[in-house]
Amino acid sequence: MEFFRIKKDIPFMSYGRYTTSISLVTFILAVFFLATKGLNFGIDFTGGTVLEVHYAQPADTNKVREQLSTIGLHDAQVQNFGSSQDVLIQIPLKQNKLGANLSERVMETLQQHDASAEKRRVEFVGPQVGKELVENGALALLLVSLGIVGYLWLRFEWKFGLAAIIANLHDVVIILGFFAFFQWEFSLSVLAAVLAVLGYSVNESVVVFDRIRENFRSMRKAGVAEIIDNAITRTMSRTIITHACTQMMVTAMLFLGGETLHYFALALTIGILFSIYSSVLVASPLLMMFGVSREDFIKPEKVEAEEVLP
Amino acid sequence: MNRYPLWKYLLILAVLVLGLLYTLPNFFGESPAVQVQPLHSSVKADGALLQRVQSSLQAAGLNPAAVSLDSTSVKARFTDTDSQLKAKDVLQKQLGEDYVVALNLLSSSPQWLTDLHALPMYLGLDLRGGVHFLLQVDMKAALDKSLESTISDLRSTLREQNIPYSGVSRDGKQITVKFRDEAARTAGGAKIKLQFNDLAMFEKDAGGEFQLVGTLKPEAEKRILDSAVQQNLLTLRNRVNELGVAEPVIQQQGADRVVVQLPGVQDTARAKDILGRTATLEVRLVDDEHPVVAGSAAPLGTELFRDRDGNTLAVKKGVILTGERISDAQPGFDNRTNEPAVHINLDNIGARKFKESTRENVNRRMAIILFEKGRGEVITAPVIREEIGGGRVQISGKMSTEEAQDVSLLLRAGALAAPMEIVEERTVGPSLGADNIARGFQSTQIGFAAICIFMVAYYLMFGTVSMLALAANLLLLVALLSTLQATLTLPGMAGIALTLGMAIDANVLINERIREELRNGVTPQAAIHAGYDRAFATILDSNITTMIAGVALFMFGSGPVRGFAVVLCLGILTSMFSAVLVSRSLVNLIYGRRARLSKVAIG
Repeated sequence: MEFFRIKKDIPFMSYGRYTTSISLVTFILAVFFLATKGLNFGIDFTGGTVLEVHYAQPADTNKVREQLSTIGLHDAQVQNFGSSQDVLIQIPLKQNKLGANLSERVMETLQQHDASAEKRRVEFVGPQVGKELVENGALALLLVSLGIVGYLWLRFEWKFGLAAIIANLHDVVIILGFFAFFQWEFSLSVLAAVLAVLGYSVNESVVVFDRIRENFRSMRKAGVAEIIDNAITRTMSRTIITHACTQMMVTAMLFLGGETLHYFALALTIGILFSIYSSVLVASPLLMMFGVSREDFIKPEKVEAEEVLP
Repeated sequence: MNRYPLWKYLLILAVLVLGLLYTLPNFFGESPAVQVQPLHSSVKADGALLQRVQSSLQAAGLNPAAVSLDSTSVKARFTDTDSQLKAKDVLQKQLGEDYVVALNLLSSSPQWLTDLHALPMYLGLDLRGGVHFLLQVDMKAALDKSLESTISDLRSTLREQNIPYSGVSRDGKQITVKFRDEAARTAGGAKIKLQFNDLAMFEKDAGGEFQLVGTLKPEAEKRILDSAVQQNLLTLRNRVNELGVAEPVIQQQGADRVVVQLPGVQDTARAKDILGRTATLEVRLVDDEHPVVAGSAAPLGTELFRDRDGNTLAVKKGVILTGERISDAQPGFDNRTNEPAVHINLDNIGARKFKESTRENVNRRMAIILFEKGRGEVITAPVIREEIGGGRVQISGKMSTEEAQDVSLLLRAGALAAPMEIVEERTVGPSLGADNIARGFQSTQIGFAAICIFMVAYYLMFGTVSMLALAANLLLLVALLSTLQATLTLPGMAGIALTLGMAIDANVLINERIREELRNGVTPQAAIHAGYDRAFATILDSNITTMIAGVALFMFGSGPVRGFAVVLCLGILTSMFSAVLVSRSLVNLIYGRRARLSKVAIG
């Protein structure tokens, strides 16, 4: 079986102008939504309390809300979670006047009304911890970016490092844009997914870059655009198949992994889709723009060589 | 050209067999167990304890599946939870208060595997259920407390040496000692320099007063803060032991935080109460010379506290004793009034100090103050009738029996050097934990199956090899996680699935390369060789970039995310091995021996 038997190289580089403008538009849209709507940070980052409660029968969220206001929690967010029997209660930090014993008080109250209420999960994050997590997340993002640029610089050339990281940060911003637009909850595990995508989609660029470098050595007569086109076309099959395989795993997590892994898998899905696009159609045009050339890899022949000749 | 020397095959085989061996314990599941652990370091977990446990269980007619002894505890495994619960009650009654008897889950893998240190993966709290607390130590309070006791020591030293001084005061971190004349200051300064190594004092003349002004040396401050955290850790450990939890984790995180993980604990209210209580005891003198007027400020050098009847007492700031000097505390009853009381035993230093100050202060009142959540309350303030020696003290005064029990538990478990606050809490119920495992497992299974079907259909024989390599990867990853006993969390399980999905990349790269070489008209043997050779550099590069992300996540991630990072990093290592070496050796075995290979099944 073979899906991609491409005879002639696809002239990706001549589409450069279109693809760059498409990514520019998506990028600007993503930034726009991030700026206007902002991320819907989970309590990992904002601080607050989340309780997951399981009932023996379908639960009425309105009643739960009423019960909570009897102990002074008027703005608690109550919603079904996964099934009609599971309820998720979110209490922002400033609402919490009961201190560390909040979860016990809530459970007591709920159990007074319905003895079947069972505590499944409680998460409480203080404000200081949340702030630190945001800082650490940003720091991790920075470190990963620098590390990758540094490594690619070492292995290839600074142009490659820069092109790859711009392409992949573009992916990251687009994932964040999606989370901002749909107001999906941005939790610690989503952050982990975003960073994993950063590492993973750089792979993509690396594979193409590797082929470009190889082509510079083997295709001595071809121009830069031809070389890049050839590299992309040759690695096309691998790109699609690898991503399809990874996506199979991620899809399984998306649908079977439960609520906790859902957004994690969602972030990965968006990341994987856009990393195909960006590594091929963003990183490579950028590389052209930075003026990559054969001389970056092959040193000009030395003059002494001529003197040896008779 | 596609042959490996024999040693290489053997090495790969050995690694796989080891992997299988260390993965095995994960298949046996866990069975209910009871764990017996000595509470004090003076009592050892040894053969004698093992025998006692065995005979106690036998006497009660309980047949444990296995009873084993390790360095810190004796563990008895049962086949059902009923006998586990019965056994706990029996052992608790038989062994008394010197031991912690806790419920636990133990791997039911055979003994020979356990002897090889082959253990099942260590599940995080989100998978097994339990409580996770992050506590923040109030460093400022720790420092304040230490400064107060330094000032108290300063006063008594100057008094002992008969050096006249007009006052010792503190403003924030700065300590000021005032003297009446130059000579007193010189003498005082010399004495302080000699006895208070931690202080850096210098002379200052202000408003006609001769002063010595100074602060703690930075290294002393650091030492005080470090030891405050260390003492809190120790105290927490003691308190958790009192709670009877199997395998608790109590660790320092960063400079001023403590992580407490209590697997299997569901009653968070009690856990929080015991952990979060910052009860410390202080013994101070009551200032009865200056009567307290309601609503007015405290007389100089004293603080105001209420007692249990609501009366306000002025208590001197100097601390005679703190809870640290308590070696034991037991609930009991006052032999005269029959009121509930707490009997306290002091250690040597504490006993001596107590004796001295009771001798010096006969007929004055002494307040015993219990500090909880930063608020002090006078439990009792009896008049000292005579010198009290021997280090035995009794506290009584309008306590209920339960209160006496709680107070003695808190005192026995030691005082916290500084108050702590819960800054993060994560509780996961056992049913959710089991659900999480099932979901994580199921999604990995389905994703894995889908990839295998696709690879075999698309690359035929080479797809089958890739599939086997992927299976080897999973095996090695689980084996590595089990051997290292790294904590497996739900994101960690997601990490396993994701690494598998990503690891296939290496095989796709190789297979595509071989196809391409074949298309260029290279002979099959040469194509296989070139395919593996050329793909390797790419595989290395792309794995290293993912590794960079993994390491950064590990450095900055916390809790569950860290679990993900660990799996990601380990997964990259195992996938390099399996995708390159395992798959190559299989291909070599299948194709390498044929001299004239005209066709390979690669689709």
